[in-house]
Amino acid sequence: MEILTQLLNALPGSVSQGLIWGIMAIGVYITYRLLDIPDLTVDGSFATGGAVAVMLILNGCNLWLAMFLSFIAGLLAGAVTGLLHTLMGIPPILAGILTQLSLYSINLKIMGKANQSVNVNQTDLLVSLRWVKEFAFHNPLVTVGIVLLILIAFLYWFFGTEMGCALRATGSNLNMSRAQGINTNFNKVLGIMLSNGLVAFSGAFLAQYQGFADVKMGQGAIVIGLAAVIIGEALFGKIFRNFALRLLSVALGSIIYYIVIQAVITLGFDANLLKLLSATIVAIFLAVPYWKSKYNENHIKGSKKGDRINA
Amino acid sequence: MLDIKNVKKTFNPGTINEKKALNGIDLHLDEGEFVTVIGGNGAGKSTMLNMIAGVYPVDCGSIVIDGIDVTRLPEYKRAKYLGRVFQDPMTGTAADMQIEENLALAARRGKRRTLRSGITKKERAEYKELLKVLDLGLEDRLTAKVGLLSGGQRQALTLLMATLNKPKLLLLDEHTAALDPKTAKKVLDITEEIVEKNNLKTIMITHNMADAIRVGNRLIMMHEGRIVVDVKGEEKKKLTIEELLQMFEASSGSQFTSDKVMLSAK
Repeated sequence: MEILTQLLNALPGSVSQGLIWGIMAIGVYITYRLLDIPDLTVDGSFATGGAVAVMLILNGCNLWLAMFLSFIAGLLAGAVTGLLHTLMGIPPILAGILTQLSLYSINLKIMGKANQSVNVNQTDLLVSLRWVKEFAFHNPLVTVGIVLLILIAFLYWFFGTEMGCALRATGSNLNMSRAQGINTNFNKVLGIMLSNGLVAFSGAFLAQYQGFADVKMGQGAIVIGLAAVIIGEALFGKIFRNFALRLLSVALGSIIYYIVIQAVITLGFDANLLKLLSATIVAIFLAVPYWKSKYNENHIKGSKKGDRINA
Repeated sequence: MLDIKNVKKTFNPGTINEKKALNGIDLHLDEGEFVTVIGGNGAGKSTMLNMIAGVYPVDCGSIVIDGIDVTRLPEYKRAKYLGRVFQDPMTGTAADMQIEENLALAARRGKRRTLRSGITKKERAEYKELLKVLDLGLEDRLTAKVGLLSGGQRQALTLLMATLNKPKLLLLDEHTAALDPKTAKKVLDITEEIVEKNNLKTIMITHNMADAIRVGNRLIMMHEGRIVVDVKGEEKKKLTIEELLQMFEASSGSQFTSDKVMLSAK
């Protein structure tokens, strides 16, 4: 009973975090699912978003402007990965790792040290974990929730435009896209940029929410993003067909991920093992479709492995 | 018109895998010419189409389509002038996207892609009519994912996509080879219909000698990266498979050997 109360108490916090990371997960969805490129830049660009936002806020910048500039910083980080891949022929995973590594230095330079805090008592912020149980507009559940819905609406519109369709086609079939006059390299760069813009935007929210930005805040972000995408697809894939709903399912996947993590911690799971647990879950979920196809190949109807053919 | 002059291509030059794919191709196509291409494995048929489409850069020579020198243009820019259908039904369409979305992508080939809607209501009605003509039941499945279609349906759709925005040149790379005979015939019939209706310059690679002779108004045979036989007009209409083989032997100095082609000639 006590555990249940604890869980309920922690629920608003988990959902808030889930919403913030949901924006990040939608960014991962764009590269991983739409472009079919696993982009590891996000571990770095997430922290870049947080760093840029915190430093701007500390210097008295307008809050929404700080969010916007974090988004731009993410776009730039994505552009670097995209160009490393398309212009220099580096495989996308490696291109992402290179950018991620260099962003570590850049993030240190942005902040001047490994972390910077913004105190909600001294500075005005958009969201803070202090407010998760307040019945007000600045409750992160409301603020981030509304922003998330606006972003989904924007992406739904964008991916329905001529440009957005070309981007989706690039991810679906490179040969077909080029034969239809689509500049596939441009679209890859554009997609990776958009993805990292969203990831940095999400990092900017998280830094305010937790009251600090840290160079390591993006560590393992890709795994959380993938987990959200996979959970969302596993639970809602069958019922959510519409593109906007599929983006929503990614955000819901992120929320569920954080609720589960919270539950596991409340039940007394060693918090040090959390990342191991996350990685294991993601690995298993990624393996399931592969195993399924293997199973189907090996189990042709009406025959068993090693059956003798009596001719 | 299409003008190909002295196009050469060697893959992996200077290595043990060096392969001279094209040894100087010269080809001139006038308006309304429908060329069928036949030749053994490694004769350079597909390479020739890929060179025209810009999949790989040429080593030397030039390719001019309707007065526009496309030799140095990247593949996606040349697409403006070309309609293409590939041997593998998977290649020509985006499986994760809807039938109507694929058509809408093709309708914008060679045009700037802007932030306007990717598909309009008016287009949907048009596509429905066009798909009805194919008679494959696709007109009622506009929003179905292309991945759900059969190989024949996908090839017919790709053909429609390639010609939706009238190309200056249509390139067909053994586009019926992966289909069963009945479907192959249907797709070939649709091909002839579309080419005739739009009066398209067309190059079609086939491994079926009978088709190569029956379809189109010109026939070329390739051997070791060269065009060795070129027949058109009345001469082509009267051509028989035996004559064709004799012509091939006379000009290439070797027997025509391609199991695939010989088998389908029967």
